[in-house]
Amino acid sequence: MLAIQLAFKNISGAGFRTILNIAVLSFAFVVIIFYNGVLEGWNQQARRDTMEWEIGQGQLWVPGYDPLDYLSYQDAHGPIPETLKPQIAAGQLAPVLVAQASAFPQGRMQGVVLKGIDPGQKMLKIPTALLEGQEAEMPALVGKRMAQSIKVKEGDQLLLRWRDKNGAFDAREVTIAGIFDSNVPTIDGGQIWLPLERLQEMLGLPGEATLLVAGEGFTPFANAPWAFKDHDYLLADLDMIIQSKKGASGIVYGLLLVIALLAIFDTQVLSIFRRQKEIGTYIALGMTRWQVVRIFTVEGAAYSILAILLGAVYGAPLLWYLSKTGWAMPSASQDMGISIAEKIYPVFGAGLILATVLLVVLSATIVSFLPARKIAKLNPTDALKGKIQ
Amino acid sequence: MKNIIFLSALFLFNLAAAQDADAILKKVEENMTSDNRVFESEMIIHGRRGSRTITSKTYSVGDKQSFTEYLSPAREAGAKMLKLENQLWIYSPSTDRTIQISGHLLRQSVMGSDLSYEDMMDDRKLTDVYSARLVGEEVVDKRKTYVLELTAKVEDVAYHSQKMWIDTERYVPLREELYAKSGQLLKRTTLSDVQKIEGRWFPLTIVFKDMLKQGDGTEFRMTKVQFDQEIPAYLFTKAALKQ
Repeated sequence: MLAIQLAFKNISGAGFRTILNIAVLSFAFVVIIFYNGVLEGWNQQARRDTMEWEIGQGQLWVPGYDPLDYLSYQDAHGPIPETLKPQIAAGQLAPVLVAQASAFPQGRMQGVVLKGIDPGQKMLKIPTALLEGQEAEMPALVGKRMAQSIKVKEGDQLLLRWRDKNGAFDAREVTIAGIFDSNVPTIDGGQIWLPLERLQEMLGLPGEATLLVAGEGFTPFANAPWAFKDHDYLLADLDMIIQSKKGASGIVYGLLLVIALLAIFDTQVLSIFRRQKEIGTYIALGMTRWQVVRIFTVEGAAYSILAILLGAVYGAPLLWYLSKTGWAMPSASQDMGISIAEKIYPVFGAGLILATVLLVVLSATIVSFLPARKIAKLNPTDALKGKIQ
Repeated sequence: MKNIIFLSALFLFNLAAAQDADAILKKVEENMTSDNRVFESEMIIHGRRGSRTITSKTYSVGDKQSFTEYLSPAREAGAKMLKLENQLWIYSPSTDRTIQISGHLLRQSVMGSDLSYEDMMDDRKLTDVYSARLVGEEVVDKRKTYVLELTAKVEDVAYHSQKMWIDTERYVPLREELYAKSGQLLKRTTLSDVQKIEGRWFPLTIVFKDMLKQGDGTEFRMTKVQFDQEIPAYLFTKAALKQ
């Protein structure tokens, strides 16, 4: 208790030096929470969007299908297994057929991926209902990125060329029945969504699909004819991106923290150098050397407590405001191929705040202790005389 | 009774037209194919940013074997292509590697032209793949031509139907149009500069145009053609690609 009282008394006596130390450390504290909150917010939003727009509760893939290998698309289709048809009828699975094609917007040739989906599906947020009840013979849906890339708007015609299962060319114009806005680029860029039955007919593959999207209520079972891919598998790339981003941002806020801690370290070294008579007096009054070390260590650690309090004063309303209004992402980030919203809403969990508090207090205590160890080696008589050692 | 006579006459007319068309196609094939052929050519690819010319020398035996060496420009010089039956290999001197073109790679454009590797691979006779029908006569480039409509009789064919304009005297196609199953025109080939070489009429310039794309297409001009030459057998081996 005496150590704490002395620590706060000394800190308040240090004046402007204290204010600087606390300000820098509190800034580092707020930035750490902000960075991690943004990453957590992005992670949660990207996972939620990817599930809602693309992967549902998991996917069942036909053997040989690899979404990253376009060459696999040619053969990646098969009749929907009989054992899975009851789940499709119950609305627990939505079949999707994938094929390669070429689009010819304004006379340019562009490789595209055609995806056939049941217009009545409710599992994914893609507005497939727009594919139903259209006057157009061949309605199609595209995402906003694709629409921008091929410069089409709702109601426009787009010429497509594809090959059927036998390799015969076919070409036809489709009508853009709708343009959807999704944060998930993997269902948007270079893709055109068509009614499943129409695509099956175009390719000569009636009753076939490439993958099945699982919805609520679907339970994967052993020996399923198509391999079930769960969230861990389907979101592995996203997890790796988040991890790598955390590493990169750790360097930035780590540097900030090091600067703040360096200031505390310097303050401690200066204090021990300038306050030798005080140290000698403590020892002369009966304190052990390690008790004096403790006073100085607590003094350093007290900076972190004050920094946290100061950070809470201005950081709490600031971070709360950001979590409500979101942090706008640059428009270019929408085309990077990863799920990222126009605005990220940071998520500041109790775990994140507690972990950051612990990090700041512990690191400040350690850098305060390191120079204070020198006190244990001081000769009290010399210290009382104020001799530099 | 009148209807029966009309339908019978129509059937007989169609049968005769089909037989005529097959005979015409056969004559075209006799004219255009040879035991072997050696030719030097230049391929002029017209793109949006200008044109570029690639020269090459090709040795071919029937429709099944061919060996092409690219001569210019410097970037393409030394590249070689070998086709044996339904297999295709390409040798790149910059990497000193030989790769087999298969699957989807066959659908890629040949050096940015309007031709795909697959277009070069289909070596089946037209009469084996298509049912032909003579639909009339037209004048193309001041030459009288038969107009044939070809419809696929097998499923594994790239173009469901074709239309050909064949010179009535020389039995050389002067124009070809390739159609999708839906009837959409996909490619047009225009053949010109027809000359008599070693007793046969042969078009020396062919312009390939992808009708779905903008641009002026790809011009393929044969600068020197020789038929029935002595071609060493080793040329049609993979080992010849690296020589």
